[in-house]
Amino acid sequence: MSTRLSTGGRLLNRDRALTFTFNGTAMRGFEGDTLAAALLAQDQMLVGRSFKYHRPRGIVASGVEEPNGLVNLGTEGKFEPNQRVTTTELFDGLEAKSQNHWPSLDFDVGAVNAKLARFMPAGFYYKMFIHPRPLWKHVYEPFIRQAAGLGAAPKARDADTYEHLYAFCDVLVIGGGVAGLQAARAAARSGAKVLVLEQTAHWGGRAPVDGGTIDGDAPQAFVDAALAELGAMDNVTLRTRTMGAGVYDHGYVLGYERLTDHDPKADGPRHRLWRIRAAQIVTATGAIERPLSFAGNDVPGVMLAAAVRDYVVNYAVSPGDRTVVVTNNDDAYRTAIALKHAGLDVPALLDARTHAADSALMEQARALGVRVLMGHGIAKVQGGKRVTGVAICSQAGEGAVLEEIPCDAVAMSGGWSPVVHLYSHCGGKLLWDEAGAMFRPDPNRPPTGASGEGFVSVCGSANGEMDLAAVLTDADAVGRAAATAAGFTAQDSAAPVGDTPEEAPMAPVWMMPQGAKKELRSKAWLDYQNDVKVSDVQLAAQEGFESVEHAKRYTTLGMATDQGKLSNINGLAILSDALGQPIPQTGTTTFRPPYTPISMGAIAGEARGEVFQPLRRTPIHDWNDSHGADWEPVGAWRRPYAYVRSGESTHDAVMRETKNTRENLGLLDASTLGKIVVKGPDAGRFLDMMYTNMMSTLKPGKCRYGLMCSENGFLIDDGVVARLDDDTWLCHTTTGGADRIHQHMEEWLQTEWWDWKVYVANLTEQYAQIAVVGPNARQALERLGGMDVSNDALGFMEWAEGKLGDFDARVFRISFSGELSFEVAVPASQGQAFWDALMTVGADLGVMPYGTEALHILRAEKGFIMIGDETDGTVIPQDLGLHWAISKKKEDFLGKRAQERTHMTDPARWKLVGLETLDGATLPDGAYAKGEGTNANGQTVVQGRVTSSYHSPNLNKGIAMGLVLNGPDRMGEVLTFPGTDGTNYEARIVSPVFYDPEGSKANG
Amino acid sequence: MLILTCPVCGVTAEETEFHGGGEAHLTRYGPGSSEEDFETYLFMRENPKGVHLERWRHVYGCGKWFHAARCTTTLEVFGTYSAQTTEPPQELKDKISAKRPGWSWREFSA
Repeated sequence: MSTRLSTGGRLLNRDRALTFTFNGTAMRGFEGDTLAAALLAQDQMLVGRSFKYHRPRGIVASGVEEPNGLVNLGTEGKFEPNQRVTTTELFDGLEAKSQNHWPSLDFDVGAVNAKLARFMPAGFYYKMFIHPRPLWKHVYEPFIRQAAGLGAAPKARDADTYEHLYAFCDVLVIGGGVAGLQAARAAARSGAKVLVLEQTAHWGGRAPVDGGTIDGDAPQAFVDAALAELGAMDNVTLRTRTMGAGVYDHGYVLGYERLTDHDPKADGPRHRLWRIRAAQIVTATGAIERPLSFAGNDVPGVMLAAAVRDYVVNYAVSPGDRTVVVTNNDDAYRTAIALKHAGLDVPALLDARTHAADSALMEQARALGVRVLMGHGIAKVQGGKRVTGVAICSQAGEGAVLEEIPCDAVAMSGGWSPVVHLYSHCGGKLLWDEAGAMFRPDPNRPPTGASGEGFVSVCGSANGEMDLAAVLTDADAVGRAAATAAGFTAQDSAAPVGDTPEEAPMAPVWMMPQGAKKELRSKAWLDYQNDVKVSDVQLAAQEGFESVEHAKRYTTLGMATDQGKLSNINGLAILSDALGQPIPQTGTTTFRPPYTPISMGAIAGEARGEVFQPLRRTPIHDWNDSHGADWEPVGAWRRPYAYVRSGESTHDAVMRETKNTRENLGLLDASTLGKIVVKGPDAGRFLDMMYTNMMSTLKPGKCRYGLMCSENGFLIDDGVVARLDDDTWLCHTTTGGADRIHQHMEEWLQTEWWDWKVYVANLTEQYAQIAVVGPNARQALERLGGMDVSNDALGFMEWAEGKLGDFDARVFRISFSGELSFEVAVPASQGQAFWDALMTVGADLGVMPYGTEALHILRAEKGFIMIGDETDGTVIPQDLGLHWAISKKKEDFLGKRAQERTHMTDPARWKLVGLETLDGATLPDGAYAKGEGTNANGQTVVQGRVTSSYHSPNLNKGIAMGLVLNGPDRMGEVLTFPGTDGTNYEARIVSPVFYDPEGSKANG
Repeated sequence: MLILTCPVCGVTAEETEFHGGGEAHLTRYGPGSSEEDFETYLFMRENPKGVHLERWRHVYGCGKWFHAARCTTTLEVFGTYSAQTTEPPQELKDKISAKRPGWSWREFSA
């Protein structure tokens, strides 16, 4: 069993005991523990179940690469799934629950999947759930959804806060091991501004555990001295618990700082996302140990050799009384030695290599009484939820068992893979290092920055240097080079001298034993979390998934939350072997940021709730809000959909507002409509290019409805243009179009007609604009006093400027409802007072505010189109019967050439018509009109669609507009519109002008 | 995330302050143009692995459009220049030629 040793524990504070719960059971640990260490100290080796087969899973690693130890952490607003126990620092009151099992971790029904493993090979889901098709919706999909995901989704709103901060530096060092610290030192001595990030809470990385000496002292002495020196420098910032998450273009880096995960009661944000710009980046991210692929390598108790060493040295945790070590390199001997020093038993060290002479570490292990078996490996691990022993075999053979050795833990090492992720994120290329059987950064092909020069360099074991002396020399040189590249002069000083015993070369071992039979290969795990075995990758290769990217997706190798940190190299070695090609030819999958998962909260930062997207408010927003506005989002604006009174439904309100505007007096807050001023000697010429209509001939004092098309010919916006004076026009745009059309105008002026003398300015928010609409509209304005708004003084499609009461008003006699209508613009600061004044004078004229839905019904009753309803980016003005608004005199305007293309002049284009149901019902918006027969894909042929549909309270029936094949020539014909509810709607093609076709009401 | 210098206001800023506007130096074809010319103008675009001339707008800054010469593979920015021109300045072309001998992009080359 795994236990806490009575002495030792480099990172522990035994004076402070902490209590926590795992699956509801109270447990104890010490300050300095990770959750993984504390669980192991309580003999909680089984921590979860795998994704596909629900196999029992134990802790494998001691750092970020851990694939198995994932738990649901916390409760309510502090709940978070998939938290790695190896990187979770223990705190008092921590609550953890294991994942992916039912009903309990120990007894899991889903484990039956493991018995069926034979029938669930690579690509199982693709193969199994294709046929029969009808089963997909009701059987397969619900089943897969139930099985999907490891952790539970949080239900409560996140109770924590998060923030983004910016940092700028000359040299960014990612990784605070001895390499990172030395690189930082070498760079900082030049005076460069240096920022150092370390993902854990501790500086020094592996060196204090792995031993050796630096300048004759223990590595910890070097770490302390380096920290003291760096800490005293003004140009250096050190940050622990901060991971370099991703490296992006031109020296942009995301850092992920975990501020209060280890102390959730502390004040302040939980996580911080650092947005860093660095001239040069040094990654000193170390290396990750690889598992070995032998049968049963996933049984709880089988761990990485270096992780076993970490638990013993750092946390005084013994993973087992008897640990068998299995390796292909010298480093794992350190684990055997550490176990012996801790008084634990190492019944055997199985070394897959065969070689002539013993290295220093081998001699040391033998001297401590470890039985070293060269050329040996594991045939099979015995045990289910816990290792009980190993059957050993010759590495060279097919797995014939030579001996069975009882043990309760296995420490395995398949060699080390440099952490090249950050170097690769932004395009750095890798080299295959035959001697180390690893990919290492190619220094000649780094990611390049704005100048075309490389901006990322790598040092230490991340650079493939596995010997302490070489690590330090490399780090020193890389640190100086980074400072020089950032424009500083590196100082001369001697690099520290590391010393460790010389090691015998490692030998690549991708399968154990080398000739493992099928039954062994199908129990040899590559990806523990997603349950991918050696046999699965071989099957993928056999089925033709030869590209590493295809094999990855087919088998799901490396697609779990650990992103294949343990499995990728082993998997592609197996794939290469199956394809009979060298590993570099197979290549790696793409390394993508973030290096390990970061919280959604950190990504969002402060941008949540009201801050997520600041609201745009009209001057009348607060009044609207306090008068029942049912808000509708329109871009970043909020507009009242309707003003709902107490006791009525939103629909009732819309009907009331629509009727009242036709019968009495309606007020619309139209302040959101775009108001763009176009001014200059060439303004008329410019607008003639922007609009399909002729705007240069518009007389001052007059208004004209205009259409705007893209260069592709499609309608993009519409609105009324008023000519203010000889060289000034005011262009009204749709609410959503204001910013877009302003930019559209700027683009053409700056990039095509830059010699034209025109200025454009977006004045949308400078004015409050109120539509005063209905038979009593003129009377209301007259009661305010001031300017003459009679039909003689201000005719339809005219505008005038003057005083209305005390208000500075610009009055446009335009109508989007067919009623007598004045749109009045006043300075934004006068908007609310003007609205109040209209409500007062209109009180006995039946005044009511109306919202956007009433606006829509009123315009639809008149057959007026709405951008975004009748148009969808594929509609040209000709489709909408708007030929009258397209100038034939102009040689050119945006969209004119495109509208001459054959597809645009095709008579079979669908055209705008009105639609009226036979029974008065309202057509479903977006419904399609059925045609004759089916098309080549077996789909019903369609011949039109509904673009707008409403119930009209003024006509007391459903009215709609739609685009229909040859529509204007088919008046009176009845079309069938199948609804999504299974019923068919019958509607007659009619004129789109349903109300007041003579247009008599617009004059009041 | 790229860093670009707006040649209009002189500010060097992050990509999020700008908005990409596609290929530079398009010739507009209007009414009277052939179907082929018009199709090329509307739809045909360069997609080089290497030197590319492109349009950007300093949308959260001075609001002005400008041009950039950039390498699509290394992300090297050779320079930015005015939008009010039909070809890159000779000085910039020389700079690109020095770094990418033999380069060509549409009608422009070393």
